[in-house]
Amino acid sequence: MGTQALLSQSIWVPIAFGVLVLAVGDRRTTLVKWLALLGSTVTFVITLELLAGFDTHTAAMQFVERVPWIPSLNIDYHLGVDGISLWFVLLTSFLTILVVISSWTNVHRRLAQFLGAFLIMDGLMIGVFCALDAILFYFFWEATLIPMFLIIGVWGGPRRVYATIKFFLYTFLGSVLMLVALLYLHFHSGGSFNLLTFQNTPLGLAAQTWIFLAFFLAFAVKIPMWPVHTWLPDAHVEAPTAGSVILAAVMLKMGAYGFLRLSLPITPDASHHLAWLMILLSLIAIVYIALVAIVQQDMKKLVAYSSIAHMGFVTLGFFVFDATAVEGGIIQMLSHGFISAAMFLCIGVLYDRMHTRDIHAYGGVANVMPIFASFMMLFAMGNVGLPGTSGFVGEFMVVLGTYQVNPWAAIIAATGLITGAGYTLWLFKRVMFGGVIHREVAALTDLNAQEFLVLGSLAVLTLLMGVWPAPFLDIVHTSVQHLLTQVAASKIPG
Amino acid sequence: MPTLMHHWTFAIPEIWVLVMACAVLLVDLFWGHRSPHLAPVLSVVTILGAMLLTTAQWGLSGSSFAGQLLLDPFTIVAELSVELLSLLVLLYSPRYLRERGLYRGEVFVLLLFALLGSMIMISGGNLLTLYLGLELLALSQYALVALQRDNPRAVEAALKYFILGALASGLLLYGMSLLYGLTGSLDIAQIAQGLVNVGADNFVLTMALVFVVAGIAFKLGAAPFHMWIPDAYQGAPTVMTLFMATAPKVAAFALVIRILAQGNAGAVEIWQQIFVALAIASLLIGNVVAIAQSNLKRMLAYSTVSNVGFLSLGIVAGNANGLASAFYYVLVYALMAAAGFGMILLLSREGFEAENIADFAGLAQRRPWYALLMLIIMFSMAGVPPTVGFTAKLAVFQALVQAGYVPLAVFAILMAVVGAFYYLRVVKVMYFDPVPENAPQLARDGLASAVLSVNSVALLLLGILPGALLATCFHALQGVL
Repeated sequence: MGTQALLSQSIWVPIAFGVLVLAVGDRRTTLVKWLALLGSTVTFVITLELLAGFDTHTAAMQFVERVPWIPSLNIDYHLGVDGISLWFVLLTSFLTILVVISSWTNVHRRLAQFLGAFLIMDGLMIGVFCALDAILFYFFWEATLIPMFLIIGVWGGPRRVYATIKFFLYTFLGSVLMLVALLYLHFHSGGSFNLLTFQNTPLGLAAQTWIFLAFFLAFAVKIPMWPVHTWLPDAHVEAPTAGSVILAAVMLKMGAYGFLRLSLPITPDASHHLAWLMILLSLIAIVYIALVAIVQQDMKKLVAYSSIAHMGFVTLGFFVFDATAVEGGIIQMLSHGFISAAMFLCIGVLYDRMHTRDIHAYGGVANVMPIFASFMMLFAMGNVGLPGTSGFVGEFMVVLGTYQVNPWAAIIAATGLITGAGYTLWLFKRVMFGGVIHREVAALTDLNAQEFLVLGSLAVLTLLMGVWPAPFLDIVHTSVQHLLTQVAASKIPG
Repeated sequence: MPTLMHHWTFAIPEIWVLVMACAVLLVDLFWGHRSPHLAPVLSVVTILGAMLLTTAQWGLSGSSFAGQLLLDPFTIVAELSVELLSLLVLLYSPRYLRERGLYRGEVFVLLLFALLGSMIMISGGNLLTLYLGLELLALSQYALVALQRDNPRAVEAALKYFILGALASGLLLYGMSLLYGLTGSLDIAQIAQGLVNVGADNFVLTMALVFVVAGIAFKLGAAPFHMWIPDAYQGAPTVMTLFMATAPKVAAFALVIRILAQGNAGAVEIWQQIFVALAIASLLIGNVVAIAQSNLKRMLAYSTVSNVGFLSLGIVAGNANGLASAFYYVLVYALMAAAGFGMILLLSREGFEAENIADFAGLAQRRPWYALLMLIIMFSMAGVPPTVGFTAKLAVFQALVQAGYVPLAVFAILMAVVGAFYYLRVVKVMYFDPVPENAPQLARDGLASAVLSVNSVALLLLGILPGALLATCFHALQGVL
């Protein structure tokens, strides 16, 4: 399998298509649309081949590619996936198709540049999930900022400039210290940039703590965790629908993935020492941010805050060091990838018709858009964590796993399920039910074919993962076991 | 002892440039009025020839003329880069010079002499030779800046540049004289040997190094010796700014290698400490003050100061790894600065300098390709992957962390975030701001836009595949220190 270089293909094929789309330009929009769809579909097919060839019995890296990249500094072009990263590669390539389809008719300005940016970002994000060399990881990690910066800034709402510069500087500031930490690790591991070598490098507790904090800053900003979350509502509100989808569904996962791939295995002792802090911040996100979400008047802002609360479950699951909770966290990441994407797409459907996201401008939408209303009902239930949807599986596993280790944290986290139901259902009630008060609402038309296709495929996945999560867990299981043995072993020398 | 023929072989690129510069001067004097293109074409030929001759020296090493000239891998790589950068200046400039009545033989002759000065600063193995090269470069530059006589800002810039430059030369010369007093020699190799007996705790040696470093810092543009940079960069015709920001920086870095790394290897702790202070001051002043600028040339001037701060970090590391990283950084910086000022050149028209950031408003709609190129340049200067600016910062940071300066690395990297803000502002203006109603028509300039495209795309490609250039820099500085 190594000779096929599947991982390289899944990174560079979308980027090549992106450059091609940019080169074709805005004058031939039809060609651009089909090229973008072709590029994203080809990428998805390549990543499906990864799934088909994946061996669930080993925790070792698979599809490994390794060639020297910058020999003077001993930096390799080193790629590989394991059970933790595989799903995120697939999630990224799948959502890019949906984003391309949903932008098909809704974006009227500079479409080629819009689609090109998404295709390039597709490849770069897959690169983040596949990189096994520290500098290569950082390279992809930072490079994703450029297309997202442009997407929010060019195609965003009225306060887009403020939002996108805040987004860029916030995440850039968070990430740069990670580079220093990686360089420090480089010289302490005997001159390697291999992330797998870092995982076996003995480190004292003080050094581990500093490195953990540097990583924490990078990942916590990205996830985002309370109190470094303030860029996210601004970015989401101003971003175009497709930008919000990728931001919520994939980019936030990069932060959580960073904890799994870097923080936990490289600094296990510091992770244990600072677990209380991580649990505390996660609980604040679950409880406090959910309360913040309840009072929002802007639908997108509400879903943005709900994303922060849901990611709180993910980080909570990681830092109780229990297999069920960690697997639950990963399932929650995937599930949130589907559901938040769907929620933002639903808001996009309404926004395209009404050009407002203010909840008060709606009411009684279910009367005029019954198909849309049933879809949104399903995703709202997923957001609440109703059994039968993917949202239930992840949150339930996290709470269950946490209860065995730290019952109080589990009880507090469980209240998040209730507040989650509160803000989601209240939003749904105010938008969908009741009489049609506004004349604009009465004139709404139901879903078109593209919207149906996009929301339909997400609905299938949400239900599938809700009723039959076993295939998802099978892939993850061995790698999580391996990760937990790594975290359990102390790396303090002597 | 090498034979006489051997000596000449070592000096052949310098001799070629000298002879051709005189030839261009004479040719322009006698036939220049018939064809204004004669001097620039001959200059391009000269530089191409010099590059060829320098490449032909690949593999040779040693010293000639009793240690006056040194030939080692560093000489070849650095000379090739200053030749390439001068060539870039020549290729960017014709339309800009024509529109301002500066398309004259003197400009090209002065550029060639400035190139010769840079080459001598790179290959010199003796303090006097190095100083000679430095003055040749500096005097040519003063004249180049002042060439636009009727532009009061250019004259002011030239005067400031001249006075402060002369002061810097004085400082450097004084430091050199102290070194001579200590060791009894002007030869780099003999100074290095002489210092073994002096010992690193000698007070006079500290004084000498303070003066030498101050002089070099002036030429590099490190804070607090940066005062001339914003005024000179802004006032000078953009072609001259483009030159000032590129080749002379490589040449000034060569002084670090020759005088400090090779001549004062034994006193590394002393000059390392001075460069820590220079780096901190440059990073702070360069990045913070640049935020307040609305003039792009002035902003890029402060960005030069901050970039010199970053490259000083490599010098701070004080070992072969650090110096090679700093060398890589200065080459990358020169390429980025060439592209940045090249963009200003390209957007300028007769009687109009596109030097205000506001002049770039809505460029992404007017000229998407130019905007994309400028985007690459700005992200490269900010040090965001996948551009070469990132690998340059990575190189100096790894050297710094290896040498144990982790807090300094943290400070520098935070300053890089501050710097990102003002580069982003340019991108914001190009991509997010609407096209102003009275947006000027852009002039057609096929040559400059082709060169700029190559230059900017190179910034991207060198960022994706940085291995070869970095390996060359490491090879060039192998065994130094």
